[in-house]
Formats: sequence, structure tokens, C-alpha cells
Amino acid sequence: MKTADNAPARKGDAPTALTWFREGAMTAWPICFGYIPIGLALGVLASQAGLPAWAVTMMSVLVFAGSAQFICVAMLAAGASAGSIIFTTLAVNLRHFLMSSSLAVHLSGVRRLFLSFFAYGITDESFAVNMTRFREGNWGRWQAITVNQLANLAWITATTCGALLGQFIPVGAFGTDYALTAMFLALLIFQLHDIIFILTGLISLCIAVLWYLFIPGDSYIIGASVTAATIGYFLKRYRDKRR
Amino acid sequence: MTFIDYLFLFGGMGLVTYIPRWLPLFYLAHRKMPQWLIDWLSLIPVAILTALLAPILFTDQSARSLEIGKPELLVAIPTLIFALKTKSLGGTVLVGMGLYWLTGIILT
Repeated sequence: MKTADNAPARKGDAPTALTWFREGAMTAWPICFGYIPIGLALGVLASQAGLPAWAVTMMSVLVFAGSAQFICVAMLAAGASAGSIIFTTLAVNLRHFLMSSSLAVHLSGVRRLFLSFFAYGITDESFAVNMTRFREGNWGRWQAITVNQLANLAWITATTCGALLGQFIPVGAFGTDYALTAMFLALLIFQLHDIIFILTGLISLCIAVLWYLFIPGDSYIIGASVTAATIGYFLKRYRDKRR
Repeated sequence: MTFIDYLFLFGGMGLVTYIPRWLPLFYLAHRKMPQWLIDWLSLIPVAILTALLAPILFTDQSARSLEIGKPELLVAIPTLIFALKTKSLGGTVLVGMGLYWLTGIILT
């Protein structure tokens, strides 16, 4: 894709590395900001469910998947078995399969070791931010992995703090509950490149609401996005043929 | 639960979380993808974003029922306009948070 992306990393290139880090950090802060209230809430819930603080830290390091971790805490509190928790985690996180596939378009030819590290940090939030930046251009794998890892750091810190401080923190003060929603809204606006994208978004919205209302669980995310992207793809082909 | 119990549980969860994130990247990044797949994948971000937002904006998530006009949706309108006008990610997050906070104060 981009030649700069495929170039091998140059050692001792301090100013560039610093620039990459700064660009990554400038892009990552809304994610980190949004993770603080959610991470604190998770930590508080986990400590109320009887998990020690070190276990919360361990979970955030090994799993790094917000919704799955909330479900895990709820299932542990309800006395579920490890097997059923692991299976539920797989079901909830299968959506990342799609995100990883989309990111592969922008990381083609990159070393497999780098890709293996990068994959750890693919979340809904880092995916949405990195895809937007990759598409705008002027974005590389090092900025992208900085975003992933800073978000990871914020997540581990926030969940651990929540577990340590227990019920002492007022969750959701100053509208922090809305931080990630606002971020998704902004990223959505940045994704609307032409009428096909707008239509795909509207179709996905309708399917997701209906799917969510009638089918329990989180399958609406994969169900709606795969269906809408497929319809959008055929709409694009139809338009391109008529031109 | 002991340390080993937690390690087994979180290790298992970590593995099933990591594999779907890793497998496509690991294989697809070194294949020549057909154009139809690239076109299809380019529509995935917008579809996922709206799918993630849909229940937050249009449903009561505790009762899992349709709800039109909840504060999240009302705040989303000026937030979207701000994002469209400024193209600023951080600014939009701050504006959205501020409006949501104000809405909470007005409604309670």
C-alpha cells in the first residue's frame, strides 16, 4: 500500500520515533479518557464480586476486552464455570475478526512479529481510530501501535484503580459516560466518504436496532455489520456499472 | 479462587480474545487480496460503528426495548453537527461529554 509503511524500522532514528509517539498520543487521548470511567466501573464491580485487585490487573493484561471483562465479572458473581465464561468471551469477541481483516489492508507486507504484537491491541476503539487515520493517509504502523498500547495502559490503570478504591469513586461524573459514544459519533462522521457509506451506515443502524431487540446477546454487532457491508458492496457495484 | 484458577480462566479468555484479533491480520497482510474483498472491508468500519451506536442511541439497554428520544440520542445530534463542522475528534468528545453532563443536570 504505502511505501513508508513497508520500510523496515530504522534504529537510532530518535526524532522520528518521537514524532510517531506524539502523533499516536494525540490520537489516543480520547480513547484513554473514555476508558477511565468504564475501567473504574469495571474495577469497582469486580471488587464487589470478590475479585482481588491483582486478579483485575491480570485480567486486563491478559484479556484487554472491556465488554468480555464485564460479562466475566457478572458470570463469576453468578457462579458460572470457567468453561462457560471462556466460551462467552469467544462469542463476544469474534467481531474483532472483521476488524483485524480490515486492518490487514493497511498493514500489508508488515513483519509477522509486529503484526502479532499489534493484534493484541485491536479493540473497537483503537480499530475505529486507526482505520480513520489510515484512510486519511499520513498514518503508519508505529503511530497505530502507539494508540493501541496507550489505550491498553489507560485500561489496565483504570481497572486496577477501580478495584483498589472500591466504592469510593463516583462513576460517571462530568459526562464521562458519554466519552466513548461521542468518539464513535465523530469517527462515524469521518467515515462517511460518499453516498454508499452513508447508505451502508443507515442500513446497519436499522438492522442493528432490530437484531438487538429480537435476538439476545451481542450477535447484532457482527450480524448488522456483515449484512450492511454486503448490501453496501452490491449497491456500489450497481452504481459503478451504471456509470 | 486461587492464583492458578484465575490464571487458567484469564489465560483462556485471553487466548480466545487474541486469536480472532490475530489470525486475519497474520494471514491477510501477506496475501494479495482481491479487489472485491478490499471494497467490502472498506465498508466494515462504518457498518460496525453504526451497529455499536444503535442500541446506545435508540434502545433502553436494561429493558432491551425501543426508546426514541433518550438523552443519548438528543445529545448525539449537536455532537454530530460539531464533528461535521470541526472534524476534531478530541473536541467532539469534550463537547459530547459537556452536553451529556448538562442534559443530566437539566433532567434531574
